[in-house]
Amino acid sequence: MSVVSLKNVSKSYDDHVVLSNLSLDVVKGEFLTLLGPSGCGKTTVLRLIAGLETCDQGEVYIDGQDHTRVSACDRDVNTVFQSYALFPHMTVFDNIAFGLRLKKIPLDEIKIRVTETLALVKLAGLGKRRIQNLSGGQQQRVAIARAIVNEPLILLLDEPLSALDYKLRKEMRLELRQLHRKLGITFVFVTHDQEEALILSDRVVVMNNGMIEQQGPPKEIYEEPKNRFVAEFVGESNLFEARVVEVGKYALVNTGEDIQEETENDTMEIQVQGIVKTVKNRKNHARGDEIMVLLRPEDMIVERGEQICPDGSFSGRVEEMIYKGTTVDLIIVLDDGKKVFVLEFFNEESETIFYDVGERVCVSWIDGWEVILPHE
Amino acid sequence: MNETKLFKRTAISVNMLWIFVFVLVPNLMVVAISLVERDTVSFFRWVPTLANYRGLFDPIITKVFINSLEYSTVTTVLTLVIGYPFAWFLSRVSAHRRSLLLMMVIVPFWTSSLIRTYALVILMKANGVINSTLIALGLVKGPVSILYTDIAVYVGLVYSLLPFMILPLYAVLEKLDYGLIEAAHDLGASNFQTFTGVVLPLSLPGVMAGCIMVFLPSMGLFYIPDLLGGAKSMLVGNFIKNQFLTAGNWPFGSAASVFLIVIMFIMIGVYMVVMKRLNSSVIP
Repeated sequence: MSVVSLKNVSKSYDDHVVLSNLSLDVVKGEFLTLLGPSGCGKTTVLRLIAGLETCDQGEVYIDGQDHTRVSACDRDVNTVFQSYALFPHMTVFDNIAFGLRLKKIPLDEIKIRVTETLALVKLAGLGKRRIQNLSGGQQQRVAIARAIVNEPLILLLDEPLSALDYKLRKEMRLELRQLHRKLGITFVFVTHDQEEALILSDRVVVMNNGMIEQQGPPKEIYEEPKNRFVAEFVGESNLFEARVVEVGKYALVNTGEDIQEETENDTMEIQVQGIVKTVKNRKNHARGDEIMVLLRPEDMIVERGEQICPDGSFSGRVEEMIYKGTTVDLIIVLDDGKKVFVLEFFNEESETIFYDVGERVCVSWIDGWEVILPHE
Repeated sequence: MNETKLFKRTAISVNMLWIFVFVLVPNLMVVAISLVERDTVSFFRWVPTLANYRGLFDPIITKVFINSLEYSTVTTVLTLVIGYPFAWFLSRVSAHRRSLLLMMVIVPFWTSSLIRTYALVILMKANGVINSTLIALGLVKGPVSILYTDIAVYVGLVYSLLPFMILPLYAVLEKLDYGLIEAAHDLGASNFQTFTGVVLPLSLPGVMAGCIMVFLPSMGLFYIPDLLGGAKSMLVGNFIKNQFLTAGNWPFGSAASVFLIVIMFIMIGVYMVVMKRLNSSVIP
């Protein structure tokens, strides 16, 4: 059952369209992330759910009830703001108790709930502190505590980790996941950080230009992007222009024992950068179709320096080798000038992943790990 | 290095000299004269006495002070009630309209406030603009008496002092993070609750500054009751002016001035103590 349902919402400021005819359902209890570049409308979606913004067209349903015209203060939704927006004239305790006091909850209960929540966000004993005497990370926790203490139906988080340093951000990611599990509240999280989105979410909604490009579990978003935008925004990618040269029965498939002629139409031969490869034809492409092939850097295979590369691999030379501790990143320039980004992990034969700059290499990819995208 | 040092020293010493000659010395003279005897020929003579201060506790004089405090208090409350919504509005409109509105607040300063008070007389007198309009519209039969009433004095005081309330309030409200208001709404606060719980406490420094900037001058604007209130209403300022210019009692006028200065210092002291306490909590 969906706890939030946006139906064909549109929003524009002056002449600038922020959201156009967007529909989105949030499932009860899930950790949903809205991912997209800045200005894509993700924060506006969040503000529509919070009631801090009203849509020009469409409806907003919360828990099955029409909330399109319900003001923010009457919604069972709380927000963790990007700037935290903590009340500077109040102590930590008063900040967290703000929502409970408005609900006329007895003081004894407020005390208990605030104390519990402080412990939950690992700030036990800091209730009497002033906001400006807290570090950025602590303020972040107060902002979270101030929202979750009200036990809202939905917790909205607007890029809450963007102001923290790298180490703290990593720590808070884990804590947010644990918090989500403990509380069982629906989380709607906004970020432009694809890594954060993949790590945290049950479901990722990739947005661009006020529209949803793709939604699905992180694995699906990463491994089966629907279009070029999603492929390039989520993770590193190498994109190749390609053309279908043959489909179906002509394709040959190596089954390991012998070479068989495939009889069904689920494979095709494609021409990429001058080489021909046989790949799965999942989207019913026809002969002559222009397509794009997406290859993730970690799916690439690099072979050392023969003058002529075997069939199905590109030849090129190493332009840059970047040592990163757990991985080695290679930038390889193919003979026709295209740059390819390759990521190699250390393993037992670790010394083979070091290459000299300028060394000739052959580049291919693990069969079946390519993603075929429509040509854009 | 040396040149900037020289510049700094010159700038500071010129200013110090200016303040010493034109602010400190005259005020010290007032204090000195308040402690000597009156003289009908040369205004005062150098015979020390505390009689002038004792005279301030005369019931008639005390009544003038209390009366004046009443005018100032009501004026302060009125300017706050009128100025706060305006300052709020000013801090929320687009930059373009804001500069226009700010101009409207500041433009009156280009004319002497005495002249503007005469303009108010023209508006409010028996055959003035307001009365002729009311009669022309058929709302009243004969002229309504506005001039030479308390209402006219309050109109004059509020009109003259409103910018001093608006500007400090605007300065504080303009800096108020709108995210805090959204956060309060998000946590379930109605507009009124958001105002009392978040906006008002955070704008208190501006409220305090505005109140002081209205309250203190409102005790001294003697020409406003003179021109608009007839002879009936009297501020401390009128009393002091009369002692110097009409009664020729410089020592008594000086004592009243010193008394006023002391009240002002006490208020500014209270303001600073309160601000210090607020500062530790309000300024992020």
